[in-house]
Amino acid sequence: MTVLSSLDLIVESRRRRGRKYLVLVGLLLLMVIAIFMLTLSVGQSVTPPGEVLRVLLGENVPGASFTVGQLRLPRALLAILAGLSFGLGGVAFQIMLRNPLASPDIIGISSGASAAAVFAIIILSMKGTSVSVLAVAAGLGVALLVYGLSSKNGVAGTRLILVGIAVSAMLESVIAYILSQAPAWNLQEAMRWLTGSLNGAQLGQALPLLLALIVFGGLLLGRTRDLEALRLGDDTAAALGVKVATTRIAIIVGAVGIIASATAVTGPIAFVAFLSGPIAARIVGNSGSLLIPSGLIGSLLVLGGDYVGQFLLPTRYPVGVVTGALGAPYLIFLIVRVNRTGGSL
Amino acid sequence: MSVHTLAANGLSAGYGDMEILHGFDLAIPPGKITVIVGANACGKSTLLRAMSRLLSPSAGQVLLDGKSIHKTPPRELARTLGLLPQSPIAPEGITVADLVSRGRHPHQNLFSRWTRKDDEAVDGALTATKTVELAERPVDELSGGQRQRVWIAMALAQEAEVLLLDEPTTFLDISHQVEVLDLLTDLNHSRGTTIVMVLHDLNLAARYADHLVAMTDGKVHVSGQPEDVLTEENVRHVFGLHSRIIIDPTSGRPIMLPIGRHRMANHQDIKENRS
Repeated sequence: MTVLSSLDLIVESRRRRGRKYLVLVGLLLLMVIAIFMLTLSVGQSVTPPGEVLRVLLGENVPGASFTVGQLRLPRALLAILAGLSFGLGGVAFQIMLRNPLASPDIIGISSGASAAAVFAIIILSMKGTSVSVLAVAAGLGVALLVYGLSSKNGVAGTRLILVGIAVSAMLESVIAYILSQAPAWNLQEAMRWLTGSLNGAQLGQALPLLLALIVFGGLLLGRTRDLEALRLGDDTAAALGVKVATTRIAIIVGAVGIIASATAVTGPIAFVAFLSGPIAARIVGNSGSLLIPSGLIGSLLVLGGDYVGQFLLPTRYPVGVVTGALGAPYLIFLIVRVNRTGGSL
Repeated sequence: MSVHTLAANGLSAGYGDMEILHGFDLAIPPGKITVIVGANACGKSTLLRAMSRLLSPSAGQVLLDGKSIHKTPPRELARTLGLLPQSPIAPEGITVADLVSRGRHPHQNLFSRWTRKDDEAVDGALTATKTVELAERPVDELSGGQRQRVWIAMALAQEAEVLLLDEPTTFLDISHQVEVLDLLTDLNHSRGTTIVMVLHDLNLAARYADHLVAMTDGKVHVSGQPEDVLTEENVRHVFGLHSRIIIDPTSGRPIMLPIGRHRMANHQDIKENRS
């Protein structure tokens, strides 16, 4: 029997953390793929997995090409992309501000993007990418506004969250007002902008969202190590050589960019940005960065939530209703806990 | 031994319109322990923040090896100059080994792999702070003294040869205060790390400092050997406190005894001192 030196123990514990992280991220990825395949093959009717694969490979299969290719695939793809966006953007804010309540959907960034999208679509009759651009701009504007209103001797987390909640409430009423002025008012559209929905998803919407995810998500992933250092506090991170101010700006732009792009397509799917990070933290712990796990959890929440809303409940509900029902109790739990311990993510 | 020189030249700094340091001059002796003392709000922490790039000066500069630290790339600076803030944050559930390994941040980048050298630095830091047996424990389960040793280990893993510490003994009971200061002295002796720290307790400051700096109103009032700095005259000027200085029989260093207004014996010299 050999005696392990402390160096061996340290190497072993680091490798164990790395392995745990890879295994868990791999499992999450498998779950996303499994639910993706499930939503493609089981709906109102059942399509055998073989036929689903053939449709995905571009073959023309009578019947299946329409149900899978036209109805289910766009919806599932958008669910994955939007979920990734909400999960990544949400956790980046939560880590940066070291508070799970500092998620973009709580502090008004999602409702800002949503209000801009409603305004662009209903009042200005805009479509497609220009709506997304306006939503991203509005999201950034709200981020600056909330940041500006809450900075006094430096930005305090709690003040930023309270200001954000107030701004968010104002923007929600703007959304409700614009919707009530809409000429062709319909419930489905209203639900999209109030709680988020994948109804009417089209394959064409996936590409711009994918691009936004690559650009803004790439910006966030490039800051993975700096974000990890920020978890130790701004001062410690700075002492470790992190450019704190530059990192903040990059993260705000990246997170607001993907959140707003996704919101412009699906509406602000309730609480996905807020829930993904803490769930990911529960699963992977400190074995590695939370960014990718949180993105995958986001995808699972949106894909799963939409499936439940469509097929497993007596009436069809948009995905935001399902995720909202999950998120609200957690929000209450978190507010109680944060009040007691001042805990961080 | 650390040969790095750290100095503040005409340094002015503060928050917003409020200037706290006014034209501060200070040279840190390399390879020694420098302790900064002063009344609350005299600018001790501000000085440490300005000397470690956390705060930009409004005038003057901080020179590390003759080069302005605000013109050095942050990661490069962090490989020489380390700082342990007063209340660093440990992520929930993080283990000691994981936290300490985060000190390697300035030695790595997005694409570099973890190397043997990184592991050795972490091992060395854990061994030096006697925290090897805690390596797998979550930081939030440790006692205050253990936790402070772990944070010092993180700063050591950074391999900075100049280490600034902002009140490393706050919130610790007296035995752990002494333990932390002994540990820092060990590191100074074994690794030659230059140590600059702010301390509240004047007697511990005089006991552990090679070089003692007393600040008032954002300026150096006096600096030098502890026996030259910790005098009744200086304590009165810096803290507005009447005191007596005696010599510690263990260390030969000065000890300050506050006089106050109550429970005084009838010594004539004390009464004279007060009047």
